[in-house]
Order: sequence, then C-alpha cells, then structure tokens
Amino acid sequence: MAAFAEGRHAQAFPSFGSERMGAPVVSFCRIDDRPIRTREPVMVPDALIIQDVTLIHQVDLFAGLLKDGYVLVNASQHFDELQFGDFFDDFHRNRLLTCPATGIALTQLGRPLPNAAMLGAFAALTGEITLDAIDAAIRQRFSGTAGKQNVAAARAAFRFVTLEEKGLTSASAD
Amino acid sequence: MRRQIEGSRAVAETVALCRPEVVCAYPISPQTHIIEALGALVKSGQLSPCEFINVESEFAAMSVSIGASATGARTYTATASQGLLFMIEAVYNAAGLGLPIVMTLANRAIGAPINIWNDHSDAMAARDAGWIQLFAETNQEAADLHIQAFRLAEDLSLPVMVCMDGFILTHAVESVDLPEQMDVDAFLPPYEPRQLLDPNDPVSIGAMVGPEAFEEVRYLSYLRQLDALERIPVLAAEFAASFGRVSGGLLHCYRTEDAETIVVALGSVLGTIKDAADALRATGQRVGVIGITSFRPFPHDAVRDALSGARRVVVVEKAFSVGFGGVLSTDVAMATHDADLSIRTVIAGLGGRAITQRSIEGMLAEAMHGRLESLTFLDLDRGIIERERARMAGTKRSGPTAENVLRDLGTVASRIG
Repeated sequence: MAAFAEGRHAQAFPSFGSERMGAPVVSFCRIDDRPIRTREPVMVPDALIIQDVTLIHQVDLFAGLLKDGYVLVNASQHFDELQFGDFFDDFHRNRLLTCPATGIALTQLGRPLPNAAMLGAFAALTGEITLDAIDAAIRQRFSGTAGKQNVAAARAAFRFVTLEEKGLTSASAD
Repeated sequence: MRRQIEGSRAVAETVALCRPEVVCAYPISPQTHIIEALGALVKSGQLSPCEFINVESEFAAMSVSIGASATGARTYTATASQGLLFMIEAVYNAAGLGLPIVMTLANRAIGAPINIWNDHSDAMAARDAGWIQLFAETNQEAADLHIQAFRLAEDLSLPVMVCMDGFILTHAVESVDLPEQMDVDAFLPPYEPRQLLDPNDPVSIGAMVGPEAFEEVRYLSYLRQLDALERIPVLAAEFAASFGRVSGGLLHCYRTEDAETIVVALGSVLGTIKDAADALRATGQRVGVIGITSFRPFPHDAVRDALSGARRVVVVEKAFSVGFGGVLSTDVAMATHDADLSIRTVIAGLGGRAITQRSIEGMLAEAMHGRLESLTFLDLDRGIIERERARMAGTKRSGPTAENVLRDLGTVASRIG
C-alpha cells in the first residue's frame, strides 16, 4: 500500500500454512515501476524480512537469496551475534541488520506485534519506500489508537535503523 | 477509484455496488474474506436494503439462495472446494430452475488428501451443472466480472459462477479500480425476474418433468447457454464503453497473431504465462497466449478462430480428470477437431504447487522441439512417486499414500514453491 501510494506497482500475497497459531508463515511482496503480471512466489528475493529469529534454524529461510540481498531480522541482538557462521561472509555487510522490533512494539503498542516496526526498519535499510508512505498506509489500514501506535512503532524502528547505520549502536530503541 | 486492496475485499465491495438484496453464504477458505466483508457492509448499513442470512452449511446456503432468488431478490453467495461439493445438488437445481444467482467460487483443490490451496478441481466438478462459469485473470477482472455476471444472469435467467483463484487472487493485495455506484447502477438495472414466487399471484416453480419433456427442457437450457455465448461479448463491449477497460468476454488473446505455439489456460496463471511468452518472444520464438474467460458456455468458434494460425497448442490446466487426462484440453480439441494442430496437455499447479515462469519456459521449449508428451505433469517429483510405488509393490499393507509421502519427504510444514 505504501509503494502504491508512491505511484508504483505493488503486489503482496501470503502463503498460508497449517492455519494454527505459531506455525511458520511466509508472505511475499513485489514492488515495481511496471505492472506486475506474474503470480509465482518470490523465489529470488532482493530483501528478506525475518519476523521471528527462532525460525532461522527451522526453515530454509535463505533459499534463493543473492549475495547483494538485504536481510532484516527481528532480534534484540546485533546481527553479528546471531549464529550464522560464515554464511553471510560474501554479503554486503551494510545490508544485513537486526532491529528489536518486538521490543519496539511492546513499548509503542503494548503488544508483541513487530510488523509495523519491521516495515519502518525496512524503509530505513533499503530506501525502497518512504516513512511517510508507510505512515499513510498504516493509517489507512488501522484507524484510531491502533493506527497511531503502529505509526509510532514504524517511526521508532526507522529511527533505530538510521542511527544504527550511522554507527551509533548504543542508541536505544525508544 | 483505484485502490491497493485485497482481492476478496475488492470483490465484496463490487458485489455490494451491485445491490444484492440477499447474501447467504457459509464460510470456507479461501472464500471467507469475501463474505466476512459483505457481512460487515450489511451490518454497518452501507449495503442496504440487503439481508445477510447465516446458515449451517453450504447446502443450506445454496438452498436459501434458490428460495431468495425465486421470490425476486437479487441473490449472491460464495464458496470453494468441498463447500461446492456439499451444495452440488442445489447447484444443479439453481441452474435447472433458471434462477439468476451469482456465486463466487474461490477456486481450491478437493480432497482427499485435504488441501486448502488453489487449483481448478472444484470448478471442473461443477462444469456440467448448467451454470455459466467465468474465470478471472486478475483481481480487477474478478471484480468487473461480478458486475457483468449479475447483468448476464438476469438477462438470461441463468446462474453465473465467477471463478477466481483461491489465495493467489483472493488473498493478493494489488491495485484494483473500483467503479462508482452511479456507473454500476447505469450498467445494471434493478432485477426484473422472469419467474416469481408471489403469494398474491401464486405459481409453482420446480415441477417434476417426466420422459415426455425432460430432454426438451434440457435442450432449452443448452439454447440459453448458446444465447450466453452471444450475450457475453456484447456485455463485455458495453462494459468497456461504460468503464473504460476490457474485462470479461469469451476469451483474451495475447500476441497470438503470428504465433506458432499458443498456450491456453484459465485464470490467474495467465499472468505468469504471458511473462514466459514475452521472454520466449525476445529469443525469436513465436509464442502467444489465450485465456479462456467463458469456460461454460465454451466458445468453440472463438477458440477455433484464435488458434487458426497456430501449429501447436499447449493447454495448461490446474485440474485433471483422473483416469483420462485434461479437461480443458478436451474442449480445445473438440473446438479444433478439423484443424491440423498438435495439442499437448500440461497439468500444473495442483493443490497450490507454484507454477513458475522458469518451468513454463522450460516446458514450452520442450514443446517447440516436439519433445513434450501428450500429457505432461509440470515439475513432477518422480522420486516421490517411484518410492511410493516401490512401497506398494513391496507389501500389500503399505499404508495410506498421503501419510507415506509426507513421511518420505520429512515434511513438517507445507511449502509453496
């Protein structure tokens, strides 16, 4: 919705699983300057957003990811503290990042719903969409308090990533 | 207004613009979001006057729809998969009675093994029920087809099923231009029933017909389907004039003019196939694509004309007749029986298996080299099949196939792609 608001073409679709709480779920999004016709799942992602760090050792998360891809993980640890071994050695280090999105969500929403925060972090990491467009999309989807709180979460995560990129790793996630 | 919106939501809002007076449905994935949204529109008063009737099953949903339609109410319902099978007796009755119900079918596989994902087995199971069956390629077309469906249904007094791929379309968020109420009102006048149950002017509907006239009644149904073949392109042209875009019609042709190889398919997979065709065109291969929008009635003449210049046809189908082969392929073969044409059937995407551009391109390369078998299953994992066949050959009590295969794969969660 944010990309659409910026005049681009976008397609988002989930892959449903076993329909139980806690099951691994996957969702795909394409953003393009041309109309999108394909219906195949995204198999070679430019960016991968991992909402739950415990999935890392359960599912083949990085299948199809190229060396110049972006990886954003919801985790309170630093990216280098996650136990990836040498898997990411050939990647662009500045495209690999963690964001404590669940912590941000608990602060801003009072509930562990990291989605909006991860969107804000994604915008800061990739520059693919603007924070304003994310704000507008969230407000369109969620009215009232839920909208305000999710916007706050997205902004806080955006700020966290911006500071992180400046090397100010001591900045707290407000 | 153009909006970035979930397919189910776009369909629900469009159905609401068509001013149904009765909506009766029973939830089943992947149709649920459509009727949830319609239920909310009725409850909030945005869709009024309209009665949303909760029922205990799909059989009841279609039965109530029949009753509502017979009393002169514009009636809508939606279902998928096992839900369609559960209501199938009433589905045949709706067509036999000539009641202009519009139903969305959010296409989903049929069990066993139970599977919630997309294919076209459900639509094919109702192929001969007497309904008009229209297939949407995109969410824009899914929305637009509903407006045309009410008009078509009421013009001909026949029920219309709008088929849209479950999850792939129903749950995809993409751009849809939703029409304005006044434009829909201009295109779709209030429902004027051909037959009406009215206590003040009693008639009976649903008489028993014996051998003396049953064949004639059926033949009249056939003639009405032929009328629909004439009517569908007229309505699509009128829709294009009113709304400024092409949606519906009998079929869509893409780069077929000089094509040697033409792919024929139904529904959302056409997008991926068009991308594959463009890629092959860029390497000098003359490939075109035909999307069949009106599957029932089947546009024999239009299909024959569209394929007249081709040397080979590849029909990509998300369903198959076990013990026979392709379903759509059979129709295409019938339409082109007097043409010198090689027809290949490719079964793909069963139970939600992703159909990738890469697989389509690879398969078409085989077809163009004359190496494609007459019936091919795309991306079939031969290892799984050979191991299960070996288990079955090894012992009489080899156990249930579905469980054996999952154990063999070590699968704990479903994967798409």
